[in-house]
Order: sequence, then structure tokens, then C-alpha cells
Amino acid sequence: MMTEDGTTEKYDSAGYLDMELLRFTTAGSVDDGKSTLIGRLLYDSKSIFEDQMEAIQAVSDRKGEEHVNLALLTDGLRAEREQGITIDVAYRYFATPKRKFIIADTPGHIQYTRNMVTGASTANLAIILVDARHGVIEQTKRHAYIASLLQIPHVVVCVNKMDLEGFSEKAFQKVHKDFEDFSAKLDIKDVRFVPISALLGDNVVDRSKNMDWYQGPTLMHILENVHIGSDQNHIDSRFPVQYVVRPMTTEYHDYRGYAGRVAGGIFRAGDSVSVLPSGFTSKIKSIDSMNGPVERAFPPMSVTVTLEDDIDISRGDMIVKVNNQPEQKQEFDVMICWMGDRPLQVGGKYALKHTSRDARCILKEVKYKMNINTMQKLEDDKNVGLNDIARVTIRTTVPMFIDGYRKNRNTGSLILIDEATNNTVGAGMIV
Amino acid sequence: MESYKLTHLRELEAESMYVLREVAAQFENPVLLFSGGKDSIVVTHLARKAFWPAKIPFPLMHIDTGHNFEETIQFRDEMVEKIGARLIVASVQESIDSGRVVEETGVNASRNALQITPLLDAIEKHKFDCAMGGARRDEEKARAKERFFSHRDDFGQWDPKNQRPELWNIFNGKKNMGEHFRVFPISNWTEMDVWQYILLEDIAIPNLYFTHMRKCFERDGMLLAYADFMQLKESEQVKEMQVRFRTIGDLTCTGATLSSASTLEDIIDEVASTRVTERGGRSDDKRSEAAMEDRKKQGYF
Repeated sequence: MMTEDGTTEKYDSAGYLDMELLRFTTAGSVDDGKSTLIGRLLYDSKSIFEDQMEAIQAVSDRKGEEHVNLALLTDGLRAEREQGITIDVAYRYFATPKRKFIIADTPGHIQYTRNMVTGASTANLAIILVDARHGVIEQTKRHAYIASLLQIPHVVVCVNKMDLEGFSEKAFQKVHKDFEDFSAKLDIKDVRFVPISALLGDNVVDRSKNMDWYQGPTLMHILENVHIGSDQNHIDSRFPVQYVVRPMTTEYHDYRGYAGRVAGGIFRAGDSVSVLPSGFTSKIKSIDSMNGPVERAFPPMSVTVTLEDDIDISRGDMIVKVNNQPEQKQEFDVMICWMGDRPLQVGGKYALKHTSRDARCILKEVKYKMNINTMQKLEDDKNVGLNDIARVTIRTTVPMFIDGYRKNRNTGSLILIDEATNNTVGAGMIV
Repeated sequence: MESYKLTHLRELEAESMYVLREVAAQFENPVLLFSGGKDSIVVTHLARKAFWPAKIPFPLMHIDTGHNFEETIQFRDEMVEKIGARLIVASVQESIDSGRVVEETGVNASRNALQITPLLDAIEKHKFDCAMGGARRDEEKARAKERFFSHRDDFGQWDPKNQRPELWNIFNGKKNMGEHFRVFPISNWTEMDVWQYILLEDIAIPNLYFTHMRKCFERDGMLLAYADFMQLKESEQVKEMQVRFRTIGDLTCTGATLSSASTLEDIIDEVASTRVTERGGRSDDKRSEAAMEDRKKQGYF
């Protein structure tokens, strides 16, 4: 029998087969040094190659810059290089012997809230950059609010440019206190603070020699060691059926498998399950993979499940434990981040995607809009446009199998699609 | 307490299988672009796993530049036979013969960019609504901004500044008539991940990736394999060398590296200690700082 680690292990170069994956997002404004920080992480972890280094060295020389501009590593599109800004979410990769990292590098300007939400949606951890000279500003609050709304499990506040504040503990403590004061209203479970200089490298990968008063870990130490094993929901078993596997070969003549990715909880062969929406019950006969039977399936594994009984199941159905079921609803509230150029239409109809289930819905009512700079609910202003966040009541054409977003990010999230343009116009978190 | 965590390779594998199943579910007529390189071999392997014990429910398509390594074609045909997949070959030579594209001339002539026309022609001819490929975001900076599900207009073009946001793992494959999608199931893999996974899963790859003796010559600091259709400059000399390839593409623009790596373990050690990106060996990317972005906008992979 195979374990979730897969086939028998034959070779282990530097523990590579035992590494975890951490996805994190970085948020900061143009001048907070975000690109420099990412460049520093890549550079100090030796993830930058010679040809990349040569290319940015040449550009830095051409522009007459004093240091090699590490920020150039992350500016991908021509328009971005020309304007010196980041337009779109960019994904970066690096690894240390402990972990592989995926960075969703998101632009920080106000008009790009939709990109921050996009980057945050898959992150285990958010780095929020604060310029030590300016302290907690409106934008810091906006980033923290989005981290809270998207339920990123871990937040690291990096107080950057400490070199420009004489590496003063007082400057760091002020940011620490100000951030804690306003974030008390938010729902962030794990927040840490690190004083750094991305430009000079203090406390990024290597410990600073300029800040003896700081006894905590470096940023890299946190990234390598933060506990992410509990970031997924291992309690409430949810298996959205993605695709029905029917080989119709001699060997597997009557095989009927339900392929999907576990969205919550743990499944084992023999478990009693219900299938939604039909409500029929059965037992799991086997959990299959090409490498052999799977002993236990948990998020985010992709497996194929077979059942003891012949039940009509198709994509969009959900297999759950008999004694622990999601809510089945056609009307519910979501916090929505609007991403369309055309404003949200109250009474408008949109296509909706939730796990593997498609539906249509009508947006019945805007309850309030958030002022994400002040965290105030605006009950009088219900015009929801690009980059706005609002609480909305929706009604769907068919019952949806939902959990609150706080309980499960997989079964608590949905997207809205404009049926005229097919564009994704809304990101919804079920309240 | 029992621990429920996956290694990073298994998490990447699960993500890619999920993407492949979404494609099979959301599109009517998808196709997997197969180049014979390690990345498309890994995607093919992941597709087998995603639909096992059924066969891969979509065809593989090879855009044949006519300047391929023989080994690639042989490997392709054996693999397709073994896994029982359906193969379609679209030919650059046919597009040249029919006058749809004009062959580049001169010593640096490459058919790499010419793949765009037969690719788009084949997509139209077979009415494919989704073409999957083995591109990875770590390969090149324009690719760092690519989505898993990348929407193309009815001219097959990519508009990098107006991409659909991609949230959680919910992919929006809705489109109008005539439009199609490019989907990249291994977007989040690095070169190292691909090699480690090939080792972990014991996946067969063409022997071009391992060390061998070959006639090569040096051009602009790169080693190119010699073939009789290649034009040499006067100063260039063909020599027998011990080399291997880090990427396998069109023969005219794929650089070889001097290497004695004869096993996957050797290759992994080499990748771990190397200081040049794998596309650093591709002359097609060296044409300008935005070379890849420009080709992608026109419909290149």
C-alpha cells in the first residue's frame, strides 16, 4: 500500500523529497521596498542565476544606479519596466533545504485591490511591508484587512528601511503598537513583527548586526519554520466531484470512479458517506491512484473514489460524511470583492462557480460596503464598483453545499462571472 | 497526533492533476501540446494519473518544426504507443510549403517562431477549445504573470494587461465562439521540481538529456548541435563533444551543455549547482529583453 508520500523512495538529495510547500503573498506600496525584499530573498537564498544577475546588472548600469537594482528581477512585463511599477500578480519561486516557496507578488497601489485579493486567496502567509519612516499608514490597514478577509493564516509585518531610522527600536515599537491597536478589530490569528532592511539584508536571511535589541527570528527563519500543518480543515469532510472516470475497458469494465480534490476532512475506505444533492448514502469502497490504493485522503490531495453502491453521481455533486454535512442553501450572504469594470448590478444575474459546481445567481441586496481604509461599514453607500468590498445577499438557481469561509476556504469561496463578457467579476467569501 | 501533510512534490502533483481534470470537465475539445521535452512528458504523466484507470481523454499534438532531434521523434512514437494516447502532428514544413509562413534565412534562422502559425491553424482545423502545455512560470519573466487558465481572443492573442483574475482554485474557462484557452498545469513547478519528480515517479525521458558524444559548434557563447541543414559561419568549427541538453526544442536554437551526467541523480546534482537558467541556453529568448512577451502576445506558448 502506498502512503501519501507516494512510491518507495530511492534517492534523497538534500532532503528534497521531504520538503514542504509554503505559499506567501507580499503586499506593500511602490516605495516600501517590496521588490527589493523579494530580490533579497532570492539573492541571499542563492536562487538568482548568473544570467539573470547579468541582465539586471546591465540595466542598472545603463540607468546609472549605484547598487544593482534587485527590484528589476521582479518586473516582468514591458509596460512595468517602462513605468517602474508592478501591474499584475507575478509568481516567484525559491527553495531552501527546508521548504519550497511560492511568492504571489502583488502590486500595492489602491487601484489594484483585485490583485491583492487574488494573491491572498491561495496564500498560507502574508508579508505586510511597512516603511519604518512612515509607520502604519492607510495602505497598511488595507493590506491587513485583506489578509484578514481572505483568512490568510499567518501574517508577518516587516518593518522595513530600519537603516534609514538609525536601526532604532523606538521606531519599530511604534509600528508594532500602532498595528496591534487597529488590527484588534480584525480576524488575524497569528501575527509577527520583524525589523528589517531589505536593501542591506538585515534580518531578512541573515541576522542583523545593527539591532541587538531584537531577539526574535529573521524573516527567513519564520518562513522556513511557521507551522502550516493546520492551515487546512481536517475535520469537516468534503469531496466535490470534479470528473467521473469511466474507463470502459475489458479490465475495468464496470469501473466508475469519482475524481476530485479533497476540500476538507479525511476520507478512508469504509467510511459512510452521503452524496449531495441526492442524499443517497453509501460506503467508500476504495480510494484509488495510479500508484496504488490510498490509505487516507485529505486536503489538498487529488484522488479517485469508488463507492459500494451504484448511485448516479456527476460533476458538481459533493461526497460528505453522513454525520457532518455542509449547509444546503439557495440564499446566503457573501463578502464580495468586486473585480469588474462595470459596477455590481443589484438584481443582476451572474454565473457562479463554487467548488466544482456551476450555478446562476441573482444579487438580491447590498447590505453594506466596506471602507477598507477605516474599516467602517457604509450602509448608505451601496454603489459597488471595481476594487470595492461589500456584503451582498445572493440567491442561486440550485442549492449550494456551503461552509462559512472562516471554517473552510475551499468550500466557503466562490466566484461570480459576467455572463455577457465571461469575465470573472467577483470573489466571494461566504459569511 | 497524526500529521496530515504532503511533501511539496505531492502537493504540486495534486494541483496539476486538479487542473487537468478541470480542463477535461470544462472544455469540449481540449488538446495537450507535446514537444518531446521533459516538461510535456511530465504533464502527460500527470494526465495519465489524473484519469487512471481510464486513458487520457484528449489527444496529444506535436508541432513538428522539421528540425527536431531524431531521438525526440522516436521517443514520442514509443511513448504514445505505450500509453495508448492519440497523437496529432502539425507540421511547420507544411505551413512553409503552403506559403502560410516564410522561412527565416541567414545563419541564425530558426523555425521556433514559425510554430505559431501551424499551432493556430491546427487549433482552428481541429476546433480545439483548449490547448495545454508544459510551460512553467519560473522559466522566464513574462511567464511569471501567466495564469493557469489563460484566455486567448479569436486571433489566439494574449493580452497580459487584461487577464482574468484567478482566485483560490476556481478556474473560469467560459469563452465565446472562436476563442480558446491555453492551460498550464505545471505553472508552479520549477526545473528542480520537474527533475525530482521524474526521479520520484521513475518517468522515461529521451536520452538527449543524458551525456553523449555529439557534433557541436559554438555560436555566441552557446553550444549548438550540428545538423546538415544548419549554416555555419566561417569561424565556426564542428567538433565532437561530450554534452547533454537541459531543454529540448527546435534543433536550431537549443543549446547543449558540456556534461558527463549519465543518471537522473547526476542531472539533479548538476541542476542544483548550476548558475545559469535553463532558458539561458535558448537563443530565441536572447533576441531582446521582451522577446518572450512579444511571442506570447502573438500566440506562442
